[in-house]
Amino acid sequence: MKKLIALLLCLLLATAIFAGCSPSANSDFKVGVVLVGDENEGYTLAHINGIKEAAKALGLDETDNFVWKYAIGEDETCKTAIEDCIDQGCKLVFTNSYGHQDYAKLAAEQNPDVQIVAMTGDKAKASGLANYKNAFTEIYEARFVSGVVAGMKIAQLEEEGKLTAKNYAKDGTVKVGYVGAYPYAEVVSGYTAFFLGIRSVYENVSMQVLYTSSWFDITAEKAAAEQMIGDGCVIIGQHADSTGAPSACEAALNAGTTVYSVGYNIDMLTAAPNAALTSPTNEWGVYYTYAIGAAMNGEDIATNWAEGFDKDAVALTPLGPNAAPGTQEKVDEIIAALKDGSLHPFDQKAFTVGGKTVEEAFATDTDGDWNNDADNAMFDGYYHESYFQSAPAFNLRIDGITELN
Amino acid sequence: MIRITKRDGISSLLSVAIRVIAVIAALILCLIITFLFTGRDPLRVLSEMVGGSFGTSKRMWEFLQRTMILSCIAVGLAPAFKMHFWNVGAEGQMLMGGLGALILMKFCWVIPSLPLLILMALLAILFGAVWGMIPGFFKAKWNANETLFTLMMNYIAIQIVLYFCTIWEGTVGTVKIGIVNGEAGAPSYHKGWIGEMFTGNFNDKDFMWLVLIVLLVVVAMWAYLRYTKQGYEISVVGDSVNTAKYAGIRVNKVYVRSMAISGGVCGFAGFLAVSAVSRTLTDLTADGRGFTAIIIAWLAHTNPYLMLVFAALYTFMELAGKQMASAFQLNDYYSKILTGIVLFFVLGCEFFTNYKVHISKKHKGGAAK
Repeated sequence: MKKLIALLLCLLLATAIFAGCSPSANSDFKVGVVLVGDENEGYTLAHINGIKEAAKALGLDETDNFVWKYAIGEDETCKTAIEDCIDQGCKLVFTNSYGHQDYAKLAAEQNPDVQIVAMTGDKAKASGLANYKNAFTEIYEARFVSGVVAGMKIAQLEEEGKLTAKNYAKDGTVKVGYVGAYPYAEVVSGYTAFFLGIRSVYENVSMQVLYTSSWFDITAEKAAAEQMIGDGCVIIGQHADSTGAPSACEAALNAGTTVYSVGYNIDMLTAAPNAALTSPTNEWGVYYTYAIGAAMNGEDIATNWAEGFDKDAVALTPLGPNAAPGTQEKVDEIIAALKDGSLHPFDQKAFTVGGKTVEEAFATDTDGDWNNDADNAMFDGYYHESYFQSAPAFNLRIDGITELN
Repeated sequence: MIRITKRDGISSLLSVAIRVIAVIAALILCLIITFLFTGRDPLRVLSEMVGGSFGTSKRMWEFLQRTMILSCIAVGLAPAFKMHFWNVGAEGQMLMGGLGALILMKFCWVIPSLPLLILMALLAILFGAVWGMIPGFFKAKWNANETLFTLMMNYIAIQIVLYFCTIWEGTVGTVKIGIVNGEAGAPSYHKGWIGEMFTGNFNDKDFMWLVLIVLLVVVAMWAYLRYTKQGYEISVVGDSVNTAKYAGIRVNKVYVRSMAISGGVCGFAGFLAVSAVSRTLTDLTADGRGFTAIIIAWLAHTNPYLMLVFAALYTFMELAGKQMASAFQLNDYYSKILTGIVLFFVLGCEFFTNYKVHISKKHKGGAAK
């Protein structure tokens, strides 16, 4: 019995110490965070880290100033979760998944004094609600630069004579593969930027895209990568969240096949220490710091926020040991050009559709048929991605890229 | 020295007492575990736990809504389980019902509100009933194993729903239909929503209908099983198929008919989930509740009223776990762990209702080493 009491006392003491350590918040501003997953899932982890970064920068306490809602589905539970945050005093609520947006909109309609941000959503502008916002990074910029990294690798491989007949398509172009999640604008915009990045340093390429119909499916991504490696692709890019494709590349590379991987969101060097070249990533902390800061000061949050390298909202993970020599210098040069506006990934002269230069490309869907029909983004010599809305809208299938499924 | 003997019978008071003790013990264990993991004041832990279901009026409605849907599915399982027909296909029957309701909601919203809702409910019941009757028919005709059959029917239903989610998807590539009839100002606005007749726009008070309707279903099922000839036939078949045959009951007919009722009520739960709660259909509309309901129905010994109690307990634990995960920054698995603890205790206490444990101190001195 004495031992038990001693143990309980120790526990109490330990709690007291922890309690004493927790920093007191210097603001009573409360933010709700409605997450589609939890920290075990890369996409949500990136958002959690971004929000924690913002909390640190703004002097908010992760526990006292935030209400965290984990594993909230893309259904009515999302609205319930948002409203529960509001009941707990939140004046600003984020949802982090695309499918949350309709429920976020409903909550925004019914709670006009609370700011609600549907991250990666695309319906804020059309809703006409003053308290309903969207935000997305200009990730296509980082994808373009990751394409440059891949292009330099291909140039190096060709120069060193490491490409075999299998690596060339019938028309003599070098084969590149891409594992995509779903065939929608976000993915199309991403792989097109990646492809144009490659072509900006190495002209003679073609790319094939395989969709997995999932944002996170290690097995399917691995299988898709293996199929394209078997077909002779020398680079496998991806717009999916797992390490499936990089590990397939690593295994093939170690077995003697020439193939390298460009990942997404997280550093793939642990999964593929030899094959990984780099990964384009979102730096969500930049946006969260901006949005929470603005809301705390009573300022309006941008309805469609989209920033890229300019605000350090996107980045590349450190280059792998097998990136071509001189890649870092080239990357810095391209990033500088993107920052000062002298380079645009979707340059009108850089691509064709059906053999023709594109004169008109709409960015907005007004009648709800899921075909863009308004806001021509092709002007001043380039396609203005994330200009009319923060979510990617580039939805053209350009020459040189083939969708396999 | 511990001796275990089988009980001949147990007074209902004792069996209730044993269960209450089990639940309380499980809750105390949950509190202790949460305290050890988070180091928070146990009272705060307790208040978050209770607060998850009763903290705000919104959470209370959420609690009621979830309890009612879960009860409705469990009640649907009652006739099947009572005749010892192991229907583990509630998930699929509910989804098919949801599909039936959604079809009318999406394409026939021009029908006036009340008839539309009634038609939706009827089509949902029909879809669920057909989905339940198929395994019932195969059992009756060829004595096909109903557990495997109904289980497999779930996966077919999920794929069918996914197929329709794909062809009717709201945004290309999302495989989500999106909120149906949710466009403000459109003539279809709020059509086919049960809430439309009450408060309309995804409001908590919408769930009032849901609560009333499910309570009616519970009472009706109780009366059906207890007072009707068909209900009696079900219990006879459940006790002994041969007895039923000698008594002139057409067992095969009872199988098919009871499975139609079972599937129909589960399909009705699908209608409620679509029309009263989510206003859309996804492959997660049932979200495993068809399986959870099996535990509820089994614990309640196919008594519809007890199903309400166990569904409420399960929902309470689920929401308590979610709230603690949110308040103490634990991830979502935490709520599953806590729910698991409670289920373990509640299922485990069945042992004490079936067996009696005698503890005697005969070997004083010798045994203690």
